[in-house]
Amino acid sequence: MSEEPLLKMRGVKLEGRSDETWNPIINGIDLTLMRGEVLGLIGESGAGKSTMGLAAMGYTRDGVRISDGSVEFDGIDLLKASAAVKRGLLGKRIAYVAQSAAASFNPAHKLMDQHVEGPVQHGVNGRGASEEDGIELYRKLRLPNPDQIGFRYPHQVSGGQLQRCMTAMAMSCRPDLIIFDEPTTALDVTTQIEVLASIRDIVEQFNTAAIYITHDLAVVAQMADRIKVLLKGDEVETADTATMLSAPTQEYTKSLWAVRSFERPLKPAVQTGSVPVVSVQKVDAAYGKVPVLHDVSFDMHAGRTVAVVGESGSGKSTTARCITGLLPPKAGQIMLDGEALPADYRKRSKDQLRQVQMIYQMADTALNPRMSIGQIIARPVQFYLGLTGAEKRKKVDRLLEQIELEPTEYYNRLPSELSGGQKQRIGIARALAAEPKFIICDEVTSALDQLVAEGILRLLARLQDELSLSYMFITHDLATVKAIADEVVVMKDGRVVEQGPKAEMFTPPHHAYTDLLLSSVPEMDPDWLTNLLAERGVDNIGDAAVDKM
Amino acid sequence: MGNVLTIIFQRLALGLLTLLIVSVVIFVAVNLLPGDFAQSILGQAATPEAVASIRRDLGLDQPMVTRYFDWLGGALRGDFGSSFARANFASFSGTNSGATTVAEQIAPLFANTMFLAMVTAAIAVPFAIILGILAALYRNSVFDRATNIFTLSSISSPEFFLAYILILFFAVLNPIFPSLSTIFDDMSFSERLEKSMLPALTLTLVVTAHMMRMTRAAIINLLASSYIEMARLKGLSPMRVIVIHALPNALAPIINVIALNLAYLITGVVVVEVVFVYPGIGQLFVDSVKIRDIPVVQACCLIFATAFILLNLTADIMSILSNPRLRHPK
Repeated sequence: MSEEPLLKMRGVKLEGRSDETWNPIINGIDLTLMRGEVLGLIGESGAGKSTMGLAAMGYTRDGVRISDGSVEFDGIDLLKASAAVKRGLLGKRIAYVAQSAAASFNPAHKLMDQHVEGPVQHGVNGRGASEEDGIELYRKLRLPNPDQIGFRYPHQVSGGQLQRCMTAMAMSCRPDLIIFDEPTTALDVTTQIEVLASIRDIVEQFNTAAIYITHDLAVVAQMADRIKVLLKGDEVETADTATMLSAPTQEYTKSLWAVRSFERPLKPAVQTGSVPVVSVQKVDAAYGKVPVLHDVSFDMHAGRTVAVVGESGSGKSTTARCITGLLPPKAGQIMLDGEALPADYRKRSKDQLRQVQMIYQMADTALNPRMSIGQIIARPVQFYLGLTGAEKRKKVDRLLEQIELEPTEYYNRLPSELSGGQKQRIGIARALAAEPKFIICDEVTSALDQLVAEGILRLLARLQDELSLSYMFITHDLATVKAIADEVVVMKDGRVVEQGPKAEMFTPPHHAYTDLLLSSVPEMDPDWLTNLLAERGVDNIGDAAVDKM
Repeated sequence: MGNVLTIIFQRLALGLLTLLIVSVVIFVAVNLLPGDFAQSILGQAATPEAVASIRRDLGLDQPMVTRYFDWLGGALRGDFGSSFARANFASFSGTNSGATTVAEQIAPLFANTMFLAMVTAAIAVPFAIILGILAALYRNSVFDRATNIFTLSSISSPEFFLAYILILFFAVLNPIFPSLSTIFDDMSFSERLEKSMLPALTLTLVVTAHMMRMTRAAIINLLASSYIEMARLKGLSPMRVIVIHALPNALAPIINVIALNLAYLITGVVVVEVVFVYPGIGQLFVDSVKIRDIPVVQACCLIFATAFILLNLTADIMSILSNPRLRHPK
């Protein structure tokens, strides 16, 4: 390739301000992107991916600055260019697709008004022509009802559709470069497929160069020509997608690739006639007048993990609320050790409350930021077990050891002084403090990076073996299900569509919906998306609509 | 839209209920004022018989509950009774034939007050919002700070002080506007406007700071949101980002502050009226309290309360309508 690169970043250093000092975020990274090329930028949270992506547009958020290096877009130095010159490029030649389309569309304006804003303001096209082009793009992105959807407000459109509308908006001026910042992270797997396919097609059709930022290796394998791995602001390695997947050279990259290999050995089937620890029996539930759960039944046995999977809105968390008694069911009941639990948690005895504990998705918000770790864990120890003084301290220390944190070091710390994974461990210790039989884990790993998440899963597995705990594991991530579950319950629209032992669930024949879920989980194979779409009979290249512009 | 209509009806019903409660509070509070009209009108000459006679004529000897419902019933028909002070007590005749009704007395003054409030609002609201937008646009610049200092010092200064400063500059040193704002029924609109200019400007200085600072704060509050970042990354001009993308989402708090300030313009401008000799309702209210002219005081209070409730209700409804989620349900 002898042509000039479209984007040339050299020795870029970025710094973020905290407490009046500037700390490095990116320590001098080079990035080169040719026309029409898609570069995947991957790394864990805090690796500086998004900051780097924004810097490629010559943009930094408040409290971040580019301290060194150069960013050259098609021969224009973005760091030296005036604000007006940059405004002329942004939106017109360099576009951005954000992680959360719901937050990034202005709630006060219709989608089409926001779509045409770029071309009209940049003088690329008139209002009428831009609208027609918008409808054409909506059609190419396979949005339902493309003629009408643009005249709706963002809140009237689903998340997956919004994400495609945002891709259409980024395309509105036919930019040379698009930065995709985790565009599918907030979506369900089944929705993710459609968005991934749409993005890939349209980028191919218009020969747009792209930087695709994600933490999901399987996703990046589908989208990128080349992959660059970042770790704590440094580049680990860069290579073609195929090379990177088959022969990563760096230890860190290999470890990223290895995460998905964790899987617990299968346990023998539950003995017939044994009493389940918790049994959900024919539960119907509603929020106000809106019915949410319909006839939900499943059992959870001692020392085993039941994974409850389904898309957002399928009723997984509502089931958990029914079990804990936060939302009394309209019909049906919850049994604990063969005895019916009062529907309302206020009517349950302290011992009944103690047996059912919960670990939350966002450890950040589930821990009181003003209490020390010791206090947080000591509270249930005192409340449920009645321990005080030295005995209480001893119990807390033992709990901290169980979650693999050194008691002397962590006892007096505040939650803000811990990493995300450590906070989640505190959440686990707090649940264990009650010495429960049954723990509900509500998406406990979905806010964590893969390596950290794997650590949490291993810890939960070890604790289960040691303490014979039974888990209800709510998740939308099927890789996690594969790793940890003994039984699987698949939910959709408030109903259980399929349930059974894991081995059975992961071997065909499946219920149609389970099949859709399973087949939608991205795999590391770069041809996975192409093959899947071919299998499902979707015309993914969109050759009917060859670009006219 | 059905949803929105329900909310609006609920608010209207709540507004009416509030008004009813306020009417009780007004009635009780006014009747608890120390002193008695009969006593204060008769002064030194008050004999027990004369006092009793006047009290009987005015119905003051009735129990409070009866008087409340008489008054409320009348008020609902637009009849606020007759002013004590204008009644002719010379003959102790027991008839109120020569008396002016409260409604007749209040109507022209209230119209004047509304006129002044509207002129002020027409100047102050756009001025404050534009200033707020510019301050948000050039935040932390010299302009932003100067605007803040200017509006804060004008809201912190006593109204009469602002009024005299304006008179000094715009009536004495540069005779552009008249310093006396006496207006009559037969004046043309432009004459009234000219006469009301200085009081309107004074009030503008008083109410601008609050509205301007809320506009600025509400907009800046939104600047960290994702859709504002998106608008910037689309290469839009900073002005467009603020006016088209931030302002529509910042409307609810701004509307509420505007309503509060408009209510103040109707109910709280007595000092400015006195300085400019503007014949508004504020002055009548203060005079009536002084001489315990209860029907007038009650009527004024009720009008003020209604203005407050109506304006806040309007603000509520407009805030609801500014939310596209409520205007266009799924």
